[in-house]
Amino acid sequence: MTRSFAAARLSAVAAAALISAAMAVTDARAEGNLTIYCSVQEEWCQLMVNEFQKATGITVAMTRKSSGETFAQVKAEAANPKGDIWWGGTGDPHLQAAEEGLTEAYESSMLKDLNDWAVSQHKTGGGKTVGIYMGALGFGYSADVLKEKGVEGPKCWADLTKTDYKGEVQIANPNSSGTAYTFLATMVQILGEEDAFAYLKKLNGNVNQYTKSGAAPAQAASRGETLIGITFQHDLVTPAVTSDVPMVVVSPCEGTGFEVGSMSIIKGGPNPDNAKKWYDWALTPEAQALGAQANSFQVPSNKSAPIPEAAPKLSEIKLINYDFAKYGSSEERKRLLSRWDKEIGAAQ
Amino acid sequence: MAGSAQQDRILLALLAAGAAGLALLPWYAIESGFWSFAWLASYPDASTAPATLLAAFHERPWLWPLFLGLLLPVPALFGHRRAAALVLAGGIFGICYLFLQGFLIGLRGWSLPALEAMFGPVPPQDGLGTGALVAGTIFLLLIAAGMARRGAMRGDQFLVGAIALVVASILLFVFFPIAAVLVEAAIDAAGGFSLGALLGRLTTEDIWSLGCFAGQRYCGVFWNSLWLAVATGITTTLLGLAFALLHKRTGFRAKGLLRLLAVLPIITPPFVIGLGIILLFGRSGVGTALISDLFGIPPSRWIYGFSGLLLVQTLAFTPIAYLVLIGVVEGISPSMEEAAQTLRADRWRTFRTVTWPLLRPGLANAFLIGFVESLADFGNPLVLGGNYDVLSTDIFFAIVGSQNDPGRASALSIVLLFLTLSAFVLQRQWLGRRSYTTISGKGDAGIPAILPRGLRVLIYAATMPWLAFTVLLYLMILAGGFVRSLGLNNTPTFQHYITAFGIDWGPHGILWSGRAWPSFFTTIELAAIAAPLTAAIGLLTAYLLNRQNFFGKNSFEFLTMLSFAIPGTVIGISYIVAFNVPPIELTGTGLILVICFVFRNMPVSIRAGLATLSQIDKSLDECSLTLRHGSFATMRRVILPLLRPAIIASLVYAFVRAITSVSAVIFLVSAQYNLATAYIVGRVEISDFGVAIAYSSVLILCMLAAIGLIQLGVGEQRRARRTFGTPAALGTS
Repeated sequence: MTRSFAAARLSAVAAAALISAAMAVTDARAEGNLTIYCSVQEEWCQLMVNEFQKATGITVAMTRKSSGETFAQVKAEAANPKGDIWWGGTGDPHLQAAEEGLTEAYESSMLKDLNDWAVSQHKTGGGKTVGIYMGALGFGYSADVLKEKGVEGPKCWADLTKTDYKGEVQIANPNSSGTAYTFLATMVQILGEEDAFAYLKKLNGNVNQYTKSGAAPAQAASRGETLIGITFQHDLVTPAVTSDVPMVVVSPCEGTGFEVGSMSIIKGGPNPDNAKKWYDWALTPEAQALGAQANSFQVPSNKSAPIPEAAPKLSEIKLINYDFAKYGSSEERKRLLSRWDKEIGAAQ
Repeated sequence: MAGSAQQDRILLALLAAGAAGLALLPWYAIESGFWSFAWLASYPDASTAPATLLAAFHERPWLWPLFLGLLLPVPALFGHRRAAALVLAGGIFGICYLFLQGFLIGLRGWSLPALEAMFGPVPPQDGLGTGALVAGTIFLLLIAAGMARRGAMRGDQFLVGAIALVVASILLFVFFPIAAVLVEAAIDAAGGFSLGALLGRLTTEDIWSLGCFAGQRYCGVFWNSLWLAVATGITTTLLGLAFALLHKRTGFRAKGLLRLLAVLPIITPPFVIGLGIILLFGRSGVGTALISDLFGIPPSRWIYGFSGLLLVQTLAFTPIAYLVLIGVVEGISPSMEEAAQTLRADRWRTFRTVTWPLLRPGLANAFLIGFVESLADFGNPLVLGGNYDVLSTDIFFAIVGSQNDPGRASALSIVLLFLTLSAFVLQRQWLGRRSYTTISGKGDAGIPAILPRGLRVLIYAATMPWLAFTVLLYLMILAGGFVRSLGLNNTPTFQHYITAFGIDWGPHGILWSGRAWPSFFTTIELAAIAAPLTAAIGLLTAYLLNRQNFFGKNSFEFLTMLSFAIPGTVIGISYIVAFNVPPIELTGTGLILVICFVFRNMPVSIRAGLATLSQIDKSLDECSLTLRHGSFATMRRVILPLLRPAIIASLVYAFVRAITSVSAVIFLVSAQYNLATAYIVGRVEISDFGVAIAYSSVLILCMLAAIGLIQLGVGEQRRARRTFGTPAALGTS
């Protein structure tokens, strides 16, 4: 009898201990939670999350997926959203989410500190999204390899079709890479559609490979596997920094297209207040300086965010007036891609 | 038939556990994970409540009928006349209803608009959680208990339960995902099901075009994969044969080197060889520079495409062909060849008319293995493919790139699966029925015939440069970790190792500051969890196959082996398609990686178990059964101790494979659960080759340690055979 009584008391104590342990676990989360969908490079995502947790004490659960995948997920979860905020990734799917009412409008007090292109993204999206970084298209080559070849370095888009660069240009396939699609749309906007395709056909003669991933030409150029790689300028900077190659990053003289990496608050997410905290924090100069630490050299949207030495300078880039609404729409995309397939892809 | 007292006790326990699953445990999956126990704080609100409370208070009345599955068997406890049928019915109803409601009501309420129109809107459902897992398992075991009561497996509850669990888990984690891929390929742009969409995707130009014969530069991706696989099959088989003959039929001395060569591909992450080739023969590679200096051949991009892929796949898969063929060469009885020579056949004629025909089935086998490995290879085409598209990488880019088209990925997966399964079926049909055994119980004192001189020269000419090349390549890879950027800047440095594996001493002790540590620890942890599970399920299956007879055993065996023929990329894609949305939502968890490892590596564990079990005489278990032990006790006390070598072998194999796999897991990793191989691929993507190579070298060293364990395990097997195998062998010969 006494023994069973002791056993009962023991189990009561154990239960109490278990419950208090559970309370302690939840206590640590007193600042609350935040679920973020992150669509930039893994390292950058992780760094942002760690710094935000340090700054606010909010526990962050992060999922990294490409912007296309994230858009699909946010759409699928619309009835019962799991995520609070969608940070990073090219602007088109963010705009599409805004249009379909999957995201929430928010006027951050930080807006006044942002570059024009970031605010314009905010306006285009009806206040439901905002620019956090910008990446401009360009091309790059290693100064060493150029010297070996004994040719002149290209300065303009038009230079790339010169016979000097036969079999020396690399770019992604626009079917599998958003970067290459941005290039296609940029050429159409600079030259007009007919001339753009004539240009691409000529360029095709110089292209040695259409890669699958958008940033691959950058690493190929840095390793000397190709002379010239066409991609986003920040992607060209990364291998230069990680493997010490004297990369020359060129911002083409005709002007160039760009992407606006964006951020949106998911409508009906479980932690709307913390989502706003992240939103404001992510637009501060300190948070925007983190990209460079993770070897991501996009141009930050906050005007006073420090720009590292290696990163492309906004002042040296001639941006075209890129029509995101038109070239982001899926009909236009489909039409241009199928024309590319017919005239360039098939003739590869 | 009323149950025995023991059967009733088991049934009562099952029903109690099932009731706990429905009435206590959280029904839906917990976002922060069940084992974090953070959910206890808000228990029981709508997201953490058990099924009973959800049904009663949270507008989910459709969960009530689940109880019927537990109530139906209750009369069996009181000696009901049709107890077995009731138990069986309860289990079947429970499991069917569980899945039916899960598939019909999902994240957005009803999944079919027609049902919404009929019954009105319902609240959404999350993925099934712990409560549902317990309830589902119990329903499954009820089915098994019901069948045992009806006399299946002589009423042995443990055996029926084991078969039910293995079959159910294979259905759920191998067949359900593949079925989901088939369905996904038929989902059209509007989200509806249409056969037209399926046909359209399966017959697209990209896959079948034969344009390369009509002046275009490239053919369809099906043909690309097929050409490459056939070419790789041929080269690996020929080289493998050369190595096998070199090992067994020549006076070659450095056999230890050949052994090392044979284990290397098992421990090398798949894309590493491709990386080494770039460092060596890329346009700015070390070898290229040398050749261009010596012979004035200008550097080119020849390694990007078919030729580079063939080279690298031959490097990677020749050792497997060698391993297969060495057994075949060993298996040819020398007496046959001696007989031929006694009959005055010269060495060439002996080789041509005796040795070669006996080698043929082994060659076919080696060819098919090379063929399938080439099709399934993902890492090398990713690094070296160039403009030469193959199925495995096309599937990957259909999902991760801007295409983001699961339908296309699924269709491509079907094509790839069709190719590998055909090879698999062909192999079984073709090789399964013939006997090429030449070693019998009779004494065999012959000496293997000496190879004809011309052939010997040919073998040395083929293998020696290749051997040197392989060694050079691995040295290259090793060296790549210790210089700034191999080929571009050869300053020696430890920087890559410090970046990846740096350790600092902070105020609170050791600080794992290296960037590779998180993925390294995750990899080791998940592999360590997966390995025992793989071994357990694999050996249990082997036991069932080897020791028990039951209805459908042959197709059961075929099914378990089939999962071996499914390429990793297809597994990855099918897991995403099947487990991304409720009722079974696993993506982004560590669990999905563990499950993927288990069901991918299980077939090897089954083979290991079968091999060992067939060496243990059945009379041992019969003794135990005669002494009134149940099958469970027999397994635990008699068979398991004897199986130890197989257990060690499958543990280590499962562990090693979990660490080196890329193709399947690259789709399944998440920020929280990143794996070493996926991290390395990420490094390669931003051309951080130094860290990638440093990390790969560390992994290879870890694997070598694991291989040491394998050798230890094999050593024990020999002892075990001497102790237990001898009487059995005497008895049968």
